[in-house]
Amino acid sequence: MADTTTRAKVRWGLLDLAVVVFALTPVLWIMSLSFKTPATLTDGKFIPREWTLENYRTIFATDQFVRALVNSIGIALIATSIAVVLGAMAAYAISRLDFPGKRMLIGVSLLIAMFPQVSLVSPLFEIERQLGLFDTWPGLILPYITFALPLAIYTLSAFFKQIPWDLEKAAKMDGATQGQAFRRVIAPLAAPGLFTTAILVFIFCWNDFLFAISLTSTERSRTVPVALSFFTGASQFEDPTGAICAAAVVITVPIILFVLFFQRRIVSGLTSGAVKG
Amino acid sequence: MSINATPAGADVAADGTDSRSGRHATVPAQRDNRRRKVPLSENKRAERKLGWLLCAPAALVMLAVTAYPILYSVWLSLQRYDLRFPAEREFIGLENYVTVLTNEFWWTAFGVTMLITVVTVAVELVLGMGLAVIMHRTLVGRGIVRTSALIPYGIVTVVAAFSWRYAWTPGTGYLANLFSDGAPLTERASSLAIIMLAEIWKTTPFMALLLMAGLALVPEDLLKAASTDGATAWQRFTKVMLPVMKPAILVALLFRTLDAFRVFDNIYVLTSGANETSSVSMIAYNNLIRGLNLGIGSTMSVLIFITVAIIAFIFVKLFGTAAPGSDDGERR
Repeated sequence: MADTTTRAKVRWGLLDLAVVVFALTPVLWIMSLSFKTPATLTDGKFIPREWTLENYRTIFATDQFVRALVNSIGIALIATSIAVVLGAMAAYAISRLDFPGKRMLIGVSLLIAMFPQVSLVSPLFEIERQLGLFDTWPGLILPYITFALPLAIYTLSAFFKQIPWDLEKAAKMDGATQGQAFRRVIAPLAAPGLFTTAILVFIFCWNDFLFAISLTSTERSRTVPVALSFFTGASQFEDPTGAICAAAVVITVPIILFVLFFQRRIVSGLTSGAVKG
Repeated sequence: MSINATPAGADVAADGTDSRSGRHATVPAQRDNRRRKVPLSENKRAERKLGWLLCAPAALVMLAVTAYPILYSVWLSLQRYDLRFPAEREFIGLENYVTVLTNEFWWTAFGVTMLITVVTVAVELVLGMGLAVIMHRTLVGRGIVRTSALIPYGIVTVVAAFSWRYAWTPGTGYLANLFSDGAPLTERASSLAIIMLAEIWKTTPFMALLLMAGLALVPEDLLKAASTDGATAWQRFTKVMLPVMKPAILVALLFRTLDAFRVFDNIYVLTSGANETSSVSMIAYNNLIRGLNLGIGSTMSVLIFITVAIIAFIFVKLFGTAAPGSDDGERR
């Protein structure tokens, strides 16, 4: 009996290993490239023979990358906060209140989750040019909020349904209004769900490439994924590979930290929304 | 599809106003009561109002940024409108549609997109199921597996695409040196294979997470009972797990199919659409931003929208009740 468990454990262990290798190889590869010296960059070795931080020094010395990083962080943070607040309001209403039009809202957010984003690129390009939003932060924040909202609403409704709502009733019996009950009692209980949703939404905004490349034209609002695709190296004779890899690693670090620290939350956030659906 | 949402949404608002004004109308209160079993109490009305108030901002933003532009896009698609020649802007009816639909580049891109969608979703379903089972049932290192699986999900697609590009660049890349003598990203078949590989790597974990949600619903007792009755592992999988997981599988398939159809980032970085590897998103983007042809770009936008609507419609028709959110409307 003990023998079979050991063998089962080994078997699972090997499968685990396969998953880990499959998932991490591309990430380790781009990290490895970012630490290579220009001379060894094209040697095709998976592990650098000579290590250097030169690539990181290069990108942080250029305005191009630093500006893009600021844009990425600013835009993603603002879009995330707005989407989570609006999403929380709607999710609260969906999970707690009875009102006509609820199904409609769920339907609309489902449709938007499936919406082909490229279909919006042409009209938004033209509309934003007319409104003066083209190549600005709000010009990107708006579509990000829109496409993050379905995710936020689904995840948050799933979380809200698990909250012990009797506490709300108790608060209302003590004379609190529905609004007060929401702010004082439920909001603190909902904080973990809000936080998880914020991470998921942030990852979505951080990731976007299509809107960012279509609705921006200068460093004013270009985000890192777009800046990466325009990198050319310090001079035209210089190969930008090392710089691109270093920049790529920099924007991967926050994702890896989120995943390392909040794996459990992220998994529960993504799966709870799906079970409900 | 979201076009439908607007009038219906307006209905809801009208309905609400009716019920309120109906109370003040000349209809005797009793009849009013008979018609709706429970008369709207003060509390109930406050609840409705709060519900609309809380949902309004989200609904407005979503509709303003999708419904209006898509309608505007239809309008633009009926015009000759090239930003390089703005003077020639005029209404030309369906001419743009004829231009696009008789263009072989469009159909090549359409075929490429379909191919990528079908192949990646099929492979991801199999791999994702395997990964889901591993993440759900492994006896050792569950945390490590789940954490590593989340990295492809979270990582910026462009970053991953660059990693694959350099891996397949002759000389630089570890994979290029291992598997090929030429430059795989300069030939059509190998380029498409690499694009699909990159897509599969990136999105299998998402598929697996959705499937894992379904796995969690499979009752442990049922599996044990089947096991005692002598069912093999494969029988337990097909006869017990799959039926329970069906809704989760359909949701995962629907989401991934529509997501795969939008493929853009990987192609942009890996090939820029060279050697006929463009997807529909890629040529719509090229017509708009590089060609500055708003008329044709919008026509493609509308066509892509219609295609996605058709795919979604087929899924919902085929699998009806499995549509996500269908049971969310009930009050708990």
